[in-house]
Amino acid sequence: MVRDITFGQYYAGKSLLHRMDPRMKLILTFGMIVAIFICHNFYSLALMALFAAAAVVFSGVPAKMILKSIKPVMVILAFTAILNIFYTKGGETYFEWWKISVTEKGVNTALFTVIRIIVLVVISSLLTYTTTPTMLTDAIERLLSPLKIFHVKVHTLAMMMTLALRFIPTLIEEIERIMNAQKARGADLESGGLIHRAKALVPIFIPLMVSSFRRAYELAFAMTCRCYTGGNGRTRMKQMKLHARDFITLFVCLAVVAGIIVLNHFFTRII
Amino acid sequence: MREKLIELKNVTYTYEADEEGAPGYTAVRDVSLDIYKGEFVAVLGHNGSGKSTMAKTMNAIFEPTQGTVTVNGIVADSEEKGNEIRRIVGMVFQNPDNQIVATVVEDDVAFGPENLGVEPSEIRRRVDDALKTVGMYELREREPHKLSGGQKQRVAIAGVLAMQTQGIILDEPTAMLDPTGREEVLKTIIRLNKEMGITVVLITHFMDEAVHADRVVVMDGGTVIAEGTPQEIFSQEEFLKAHSLDIPQTAQLCRRLGFEECILTPDECVEKLTSVLGGAAQ
Repeated sequence: MVRDITFGQYYAGKSLLHRMDPRMKLILTFGMIVAIFICHNFYSLALMALFAAAAVVFSGVPAKMILKSIKPVMVILAFTAILNIFYTKGGETYFEWWKISVTEKGVNTALFTVIRIIVLVVISSLLTYTTTPTMLTDAIERLLSPLKIFHVKVHTLAMMMTLALRFIPTLIEEIERIMNAQKARGADLESGGLIHRAKALVPIFIPLMVSSFRRAYELAFAMTCRCYTGGNGRTRMKQMKLHARDFITLFVCLAVVAGIIVLNHFFTRII
Repeated sequence: MREKLIELKNVTYTYEADEEGAPGYTAVRDVSLDIYKGEFVAVLGHNGSGKSTMAKTMNAIFEPTQGTVTVNGIVADSEEKGNEIRRIVGMVFQNPDNQIVATVVEDDVAFGPENLGVEPSEIRRRVDDALKTVGMYELREREPHKLSGGQKQRVAIAGVLAMQTQGIILDEPTAMLDPTGREEVLKTIIRLNKEMGITVVLITHFMDEAVHADRVVVMDGGTVIAEGTPQEIFSQEEFLKAHSLDIPQTAQLCRRLGFEECILTPDECVEKLTSVLGGAAQ
């Protein structure tokens, strides 16, 4: 049922990561993603993986949920692994047959890339597991607000994102209703070839478009009634404040990045 | 004399002609109506009687084609004045889904005061108070789409309360709700008026809701055709029927039983019946 839909993949909790300022979380997530690409040997990558594992523990998100987020990238993982194994040449040759050969460098690169992608996915999904889309939108609005100097309509963009999120469940409900109404009139939505089924969607989407415009019109009235005139002169109920935990996390992340740079320096490059 | 909050003087509203050249439709014709501070006014009328359009002129969402609208001494004749007026009179619409803007209940209630530029701590206080008044405080962190229709509508009312307007116009707020939701919302509306002294204009086509008002305004064909206390209005059954309206069920029952007075609420009806039946038993 539609009532069970939760936005994004937020996992409700009260962990350290949940309580962090979303702005800091967003910045640190980007920072650490960049840090993943700085790593160029297994030692620094191991430090990064350790950091990701620690973050998972601190987030209180079950490992099962984390694995679920890796699942969609499995194909990409397999693809990159295979390509790297067969196309990167160098070092000791483990296996050779006809034009295909597997070398030390190939195996190392494949393994390295796969671990790198997994760490990347884990860190970025932790952000969406511990932050609601509303908080993310708010954080983006506040972080981008300096762009106002260049006349970028940051508030308008954030408002559009919030409204889009708000109306997803409403529109899904609407689609269900229209589909049922069309089925009751004898519409056949489930059988036939691809083209037939695509055609069958036309009577679903036209009413959906019409009703969405009507909703937008009414919503505009309702927002006017509540004195909405855009972002100017607007205050916010929920203020974002940086706490000690945000600075501690920042410090930890900086330490990890420093560690990566040191390890990069002392051990030979793999990639 | 009581102070006027909203004053409509010879208001006419014509919807603009569309591009294909069909003539504009005049929904409200020459309506003059005063709403006094602290009053609870119900506006009755069947579909297309112009009651909704009239409501939209009352807080300057629609600018009248002819005539003037004055709210708390401010004449609605420009966009800026309109914004001032909407700080004084709020509005709740029929479809709860199309007026909730945020993905969390309390954020939605905060939307109005945020637009007004109220201090954050003050917004927090107003939001909590408003949610307690409508009985939604416990559900403040829920997502609106997980609420029932009645609950959503109460959130919408809280959104207006948090703006601390003097008046609230409700445009058929119960039309899309089930009986339980209707009762929740109606009770909330009555509480706003009786306990908090907020001026209420309730647009409705449910007779049972109109009986709670101090004054009932009946509309048909874009004009006001009758005005009076619920007693005065609902004792004219033939007149109402002629305008596709009905009288409350309790009033119908008492009329058929041949009682003289016009009884409007179920409680009064029970009282009357008990006294009559008790008298007969003796």
